Amino acid sequence: MSRVLVVGLGAVSPAGWGVPAFRDAVGRGNALPTTALPRPGWTKPLAIRPVPECQPPPAWSRHPRLRRCSAVTSQAVGAAHEALQQAAPVARTRLGVIVCLQGGSVHYTSRFFDEVLKEPAVASPILFPETVLAAPASHVATVLPNVLRVETLLGDPGTFLQGLAFAAEWLLDDQVDCALVIGSEEANWLLADGLWVMDHRSVMAGGAGALCLTREFEAPAGQTSGLRSPTATIELARITDAFTYSRRLDRAHAARQMRAAMPAGAGFLLCDGLQDCPRTDAPEAAAWHDWTGPRLSPKRVLGEGLMAASAWQCVAACDALATGSFPGALVSVVGCNQQAIGACFTTGRPQ
Amino acid sequence: MLFPQPHRPSTPARVVITGAGIVTALGCGWAPNAAGLRAGRTAVRRVTLFDVSRQRARTAGEVELPRGLPASKLAARQAARISRANRMLLLAADEAWRQAGWEPSEYLPLVLGTTAGGMSLGEDFFRQARSAPRRYRGQAVRTLHYQSHLQARVLAEAFGCQGPLTVVADACATGATALGTAWELLRWGRAERVLAGGYDEIVQLVFAGFDSLQALSPTVCRPFDSGRDGLTLGEGASVMALETLGHARRRHAEILGEIVGYGTSIDLHHLTQPHPRGDAALQAMERACASAGLLPANVDYLNAHGTGTALNDSAEAAAINRWGGNHAATLPVSSTKGSFGHTLGGAGAIEAVVCLMALREQWLPPEPTLQDPDPACTFPVVREPTDARLEVALSNSFGFGGVNASLILRRWR
Repeated sequence: MSRVLVVGLGAVSPAGWGVPAFRDAVGRGNALPTTALPRPGWTKPLAIRPVPECQPPPAWSRHPRLRRCSAVTSQAVGAAHEALQQAAPVARTRLGVIVCLQGGSVHYTSRFFDEVLKEPAVASPILFPETVLAAPASHVATVLPNVLRVETLLGDPGTFLQGLAFAAEWLLDDQVDCALVIGSEEANWLLADGLWVMDHRSVMAGGAGALCLTREFEAPAGQTSGLRSPTATIELARITDAFTYSRRLDRAHAARQMRAAMPAGAGFLLCDGLQDCPRTDAPEAAAWHDWTGPRLSPKRVLGEGLMAASAWQCVAACDALATGSFPGALVSVVGCNQQAIGACFTTGRPQ
Repeated sequence: MLFPQPHRPSTPARVVITGAGIVTALGCGWAPNAAGLRAGRTAVRRVTLFDVSRQRARTAGEVELPRGLPASKLAARQAARISRANRMLLLAADEAWRQAGWEPSEYLPLVLGTTAGGMSLGEDFFRQARSAPRRYRGQAVRTLHYQSHLQARVLAEAFGCQGPLTVVADACATGATALGTAWELLRWGRAERVLAGGYDEIVQLVFAGFDSLQALSPTVCRPFDSGRDGLTLGEGASVMALETLGHARRRHAEILGEIVGYGTSIDLHHLTQPHPRGDAALQAMERACASAGLLPANVDYLNAHGTGTALNDSAEAAAINRWGGNHAATLPVSSTKGSFGHTLGGAGAIEAVVCLMALREQWLPPEPTLQDPDPACTFPVVREPTDARLEVALSNSFGFGGVNASLILRRWR
């Protein structure tokens, strides 16, 4: 069976636009400062970590489709473009796109519904289409070349890893030659309020992360491989089962089962989802309490980015592998209300 | 593990349907829906779920839900918290589950499609957050249960099943892409059975959204009619129990039909408008035929997406004409959205079950609201309930954002 390789990474985060800004922030390990977001009816604002404006605006932002798009979409496009630039040689071929969301375009949705409640007869027909959950994937596909297949997946943050598994199947089924999996979320007061209801210590963050996957490149005789990405030899080695929460399987048990399903590799890096919220973190912290190896926790620095955060974990893992410092990396996602699921990426020479 | 798969089959498995559940404005269950369609009934009425007095359109296909839920493994407290959408989903799944005769399982993937999930709870959250921002009573439950994957979890809990939950959101094509995704999981050997379907409830946000686009008919939804003036929203759910042929045979299950083909494509012409020539619709139908190893001439009935909007129906008609070629002139086509409305995330799955009914019972679903067929349709649009000999049916579903999907079902005998 052909291997599935990671050939491009993209990140948009409160640290800025691009993997370098993301890498620097996560590497420093200090929680980024928060911004006050007014919450209607309250004097005390919500603390969030929004994505800073992209300056200067990138060329793709002038695409007509993106004039009025949501932050979820523009962040997804930003991460996708970055990942595809690294994977340029293979990305010119048949492309598949999977966009994973938990909240989606909440800002436009709440704005549109506010208009509906005030006077439905004049609610904006410009806003409504952007509230559709499939809109970000459609916009991403429009600005990228040769997109053959598009899917939007909903769920808790573990869904990003499910998206990687689907993308890998598309590749092995020869439906596409290259697959982009994107997780994106925006920091809106309604989402932040919902998160605050669940855990007062959690800090909502906006952003996106993207991984570009391909089958192992088989260059015709006499041709050199077109893969120039520093991540070209990072393999998607495993996605564990999705351990779905239920009355019989709580988050703690599901996290332990996910840990048990992960390979134990010497010298591996662990990219976890801890965010210094003891109540929310407890099941994952317990599952990995005996881990003595190196560890990265992007959410401690950036905040709770929901689907973007699990994408960041994967980006951080693959980016660390690209330095050659680790033979493999484990990504642990103990989602908020659906599933615990893990991924393993490894390095190696092309076969 | 989800990837890599330890044993990927060298030839894809055949995928059969052993259970089908359906909830629409025509009724809850196969029997009332089949009877309603065969009688050419429409179930569209003035909206009662929220105030539509200031909207341009005021009708929809609302479901009359029974008071109770089917017996399940849900705790009373869980059952009390769920949204209207989740209730419809449970009813449809219960019918499919009982028909299939399935038992609880430690590994049963669930694939669902929706456009809005439990948005009625999201609307309630928003109303309370704006009107009484310091009152948090009930907000945690609303925060959780408006999310579509929580509705999938409720379904899994109701039937005592574990396994991965997948929720796809491909707008109005998503009921079909959920079934298509499940079909692929079974063909790839990732599971031996999958519970899959689509659902949506009518909510004020979506109703006002379509109305703002002037996509809703202020009169009567008449797909493929020359005087059509828009769609009518509906709500509902449909769920299929899908399994590999080998698995169904081992347990001597009654097989209702087979899904033999699935094709999907992306229309990037515009966020909310199809390409006028229906290029992506054509691609989806061609890809579905290719995956089934069939030609258009092998298809006996086509259940169109047929929303009743000027743009969708003309683009779809163009696509059907091109795809069918000479065969289009004799291919019966109908859209059932005039009967129970456009059920959005439910549509693709509901209309697949309508195709299954047609194949099982050998009749053509009519369009009772059609008055004057659009001359762009070179194909015959079914106007009256008609008996017919059918072996293969194709169902189209197209969504905002451009995901197009076609499913092909074959009669089982």
